[in-house]
Amino acid sequence: MMAKNMLPLWEVFIRPRNGLSHKHCGSVHAADEVMALQAARDVYTRRGEGVSIWVVPSSAITASDPEHKDENFEPALSKVYRHPTFYDIPDEVGHM
Amino acid sequence: MAGVERRTLLAFLLRLADDHLILGHRLSEWCGHAPMLEEDLAMPNMALDLIGQARALYQYAAEVEGKGRTEDDFAYLRREREYTNCMMVERPNGDFAHTILRQLYFAAFMEPMWKGMLASSDEHLAGIAAKAVKEVAYHLRHAGEWVIRLGDGTEESAWRMREAVASLAPYVEELFETDEVTREIAAGGVASDPPSTRPAFDAILRPIFAEAGLEQVDVAHPKTGGRKGIHAEAMGFLLADLQFMQRAYPGMVW
Repeated sequence: MMAKNMLPLWEVFIRPRNGLSHKHCGSVHAADEVMALQAARDVYTRRGEGVSIWVVPSSAITASDPEHKDENFEPALSKVYRHPTFYDIPDEVGHM
Repeated sequence: MAGVERRTLLAFLLRLADDHLILGHRLSEWCGHAPMLEEDLAMPNMALDLIGQARALYQYAAEVEGKGRTEDDFAYLRREREYTNCMMVERPNGDFAHTILRQLYFAAFMEPMWKGMLASSDEHLAGIAAKAVKEVAYHLRHAGEWVIRLGDGTEESAWRMREAVASLAPYVEELFETDEVTREIAAGGVASDPPSTRPAFDAILRPIFAEAGLEQVDVAHPKTGGRKGIHAEAMGFLLADLQFMQRAYPGMVW
């Protein structure tokens, strides 16, 4: 496949609206960052999904090892007190 | 309506609409066949932009004509000699380099035209232009970036781009033809006379060709005829495909 050998992979992040953060939505193949932005626009914003696009070389992302899943994430499961759900929020605060 | 004769405005609108419909149809032929998924979405996206522009122009043409014809009558039920698109847009897709270069030429031709029409004396046309300028700006960027990378890419991509330049060169001059229709349209402040937009076209292409390492080729005998309804062989096959449903099932609707 041409795309596999010659075109690196880019991760695409889209900001759906001003005030929201960019969210990962997929990846594209492209020769460089300019073409990656174009491809991301064509593939991921066809239905008005975004107001801003970031592309990042996939190779620049360091991912956690799935084998470390237990030691990474399980200790948090038993610590429900970290969720701020034990407080009464005064009505005046409104939506949080 | 602007201060030009109804039939002149109609002729102008149909030329413009036919350019967009035929190029949109050609580009749509890539759907499912593009060299990579990203372009398989990009090209039909742009085909839909072009067909959308064609629809707006045909709808307005139908109104200007005032004989009860609809956009579908114009798009699907005319004979080949009644289509007045330039010959560039009916050229077969060829390889990706041919297609991308054709898109670049047409976008570089239309960008200054649409920009001029933003200030058209014809308000309806100015409205169509307001939407189209954004679309054509992207088409230009998309095709331009590709031409640069293919021209300045591998040995194979570079010769394919050179082949595309040689093969499409005879069709460039026709874009800038002038006649009674374009001159009256320009005199009435509806749109620019194409020759006056040539410097803008050249200014768009020059840096792209320079960066791509491509050179324009001189053509002794440019092709002409499209604006009079005279087309190349490819046009008949294109229309057979485009018109099939309405010819086989007259009046069929979605």
